[in-house]
Amino acid sequence: MSELILQNITKTFGAITALDDVSFTVKDNEFFVLLGPTGAGKSTTLRVICGLEKPDNGHVFLDGELSDDLTPADRDVAIVFQQYSLYPTMSVYDNMAFPLRAPGRKVPEEQIRKSIEQAAEKLRITHLLSRKTVQLSGGEMQRVSIGRAIVRRPRVFLMDEPLSNLDAKLRESLRAELKHLQKVEGVTTLYVTHDQIEALTMADRIGVLNHGKLIQLGTPEDIYDRPANTFVAKLVGTPRINLLAAGRQNGGWKISDLGINLNLVETKEIPESFLLGIRPEDVTLNPSGEFPGEIELSEPLGAETVVHIKAGSGEITSLASGLVQLKHGDPVRFNINKDHLHYFDEQGNRI
Amino acid sequence: MATIELKDVAKKFGEKYAVKPMNLTIHDGEFVVLLGPSGCGKTTTLRMISGLEAVSSGNVSLDGRDVTWAHPSKRDIAYVFQFYALYPHLTVWQNIAFTLQAQSVKADEIEKRVKDVATLLKIKHLLKRRPGGLSGGDQQRVALARALVRRPAAFLMDEPLGALDADFRETMRAEIKALHITQKATTVYVTHDQIEAMAMGDRIVVMSDAAIQQVGTPAEVYHNPANLFVANFIGSPGMNLVKGHYRAGKVILPGGSVYSLSDEWISRIENQIGLEQDVILGFRPEAAWVVPQGQICSEVFLVEMNGSNAMLDLHLDDQVIVRIRTHRGVNYSIGSKINFDLDPQMVRFFNPATEAALVME
Repeated sequence: MSELILQNITKTFGAITALDDVSFTVKDNEFFVLLGPTGAGKSTTLRVICGLEKPDNGHVFLDGELSDDLTPADRDVAIVFQQYSLYPTMSVYDNMAFPLRAPGRKVPEEQIRKSIEQAAEKLRITHLLSRKTVQLSGGEMQRVSIGRAIVRRPRVFLMDEPLSNLDAKLRESLRAELKHLQKVEGVTTLYVTHDQIEALTMADRIGVLNHGKLIQLGTPEDIYDRPANTFVAKLVGTPRINLLAAGRQNGGWKISDLGINLNLVETKEIPESFLLGIRPEDVTLNPSGEFPGEIELSEPLGAETVVHIKAGSGEITSLASGLVQLKHGDPVRFNINKDHLHYFDEQGNRI
Repeated sequence: MATIELKDVAKKFGEKYAVKPMNLTIHDGEFVVLLGPSGCGKTTTLRMISGLEAVSSGNVSLDGRDVTWAHPSKRDIAYVFQFYALYPHLTVWQNIAFTLQAQSVKADEIEKRVKDVATLLKIKHLLKRRPGGLSGGDQQRVALARALVRRPAAFLMDEPLGALDADFRETMRAEIKALHITQKATTVYVTHDQIEAMAMGDRIVVMSDAAIQQVGTPAEVYHNPANLFVANFIGSPGMNLVKGHYRAGKVILPGGSVYSLSDEWISRIENQIGLEQDVILGFRPEAAWVVPQGQICSEVFLVEMNGSNAMLDLHLDDQVIVRIRTHRGVNYSIGSKINFDLDPQMVRFFNPATEAALVME
């Protein structure tokens, strides 16, 4: 297994810059997630790594080897797509064996059988090996696709939204299985998704991509706790972070919309006016809380309840644990955790 | 404003039930969500209420008036689809005013009602635009405005947020609920997304296999699911469901851990299942906590960071994985052994033969 380096990759399609000077390294055995909305350049990045797209600028290194002139076949990367792309008339076994039976490979059948059996056991598809793939459910098909990629023992594993077509329950369980498998197998993996929960739960490190630019690179904790700008702050975390216009005033901050003053001592250099970011879990309901408000609405989700609080002329979202019974118009009091405040300048960049 | 009543309503396509005979009353001003996976019969039920689909048997009544065979247009019900079905060549204003114009409502009255509803949905600045140029969220707001402007007796909504991306979905979810709180119009809302159902519904009707599995408030279906299907379907992740063997006040779990029961549960299990039988233990991820002397032994499969909290995936044995919720910053390596305990108030049991929850009286 190995390391993948992207160095200053730029790719344009006519007047559109799909990737703008993107550099990052996926370390040996790392689970790296590229997170971004539709059109951010995620799939183009994968296509450049595979050799399906030639970048205008920059280089791809696989295991220290410059790969610019290697054909897709010679790069030894495996890719799992959102659409399963299995051969419908072949059995699961033959689908998994297919890449190993490719003309250039000449893997002995006995060895193919061993690798397939091992992979199938890990993916819990042993009982499906003789079935035709058309008879499988979506989750099973995606397991087979992953199995087919694993048996190749590629240098790098690429995954393009592999769970997006599955229903919520299946997505959750396959997410955990995939992450577990990656950890125990130690496969260098680049995983592309638009789903922030997948990114947070699976990644060792996340790269946030928007409009072809790499906005932030860090562990899930870095991204969640110290978002580089308001785009990242809003992209990651559900319910979404509260972003409130605020200004300096004696002994703290004034949040005009909510009609409240936050008294605190901040050692950072903060401009006259700025955007204050507060995660919903840092807004807590408390009968003797510092600030008054009124319930706009509450959304019980199960383990927690999203509470929209009207305060002043604005609104702030709180995440309360458990199922909280609150009605529209109920008066409440709340606290704001002053240790986890996020400051952004007027351009939206983290201060 | 209206009460909707379904009495023994069923739908058959050929020999197959799309909806088995069901009874359901939706009260005036209530927001009821029909929830279930695709193919469970929820949309067919909605279509029978609207009259877009004829019933195979049973009766639909609206405010006591039998409308089983009334034409959809005579039911005074507005239908909002997942796909907005706006006229692309008309402006937003024209799209909203369309049905009123068709009903020959007076021009100044139309003017006023379109303005009011556009204010309510925050789309006043878009009235002169055409739908094609709007975001998905704004298009759905226009579709809602078009339904609202008619002031129908009830609203039927079929996955109205399904086509929106996650960001908009969260916003629109709160907006539709806020709208309902101010308008108090009877609403039947169809979705496959349990989070939407929990967040929005006064009551949730959980459906599967063409039949109602449970009707209850979000708290009822979450804490006291009627059967294994509801327990697993509601919650993200669903309830942990572990098959064990009950004997003499204890349940032996996969992996060999022995879980001691309260007196209430002992008598419920012995009365409802038997003295020595298999049972299914159910508990929500937040009902468990890691503690060195915990009764249940497990091995760490994975730790997942979830933003404000973390999830521990734990093996009880080779096959069975349970998930428990914990605070962020826990650091267990895969394969390490940990023990946990359960909140006795949040433990549930199910009969493996019938899949029904044990009655807690």
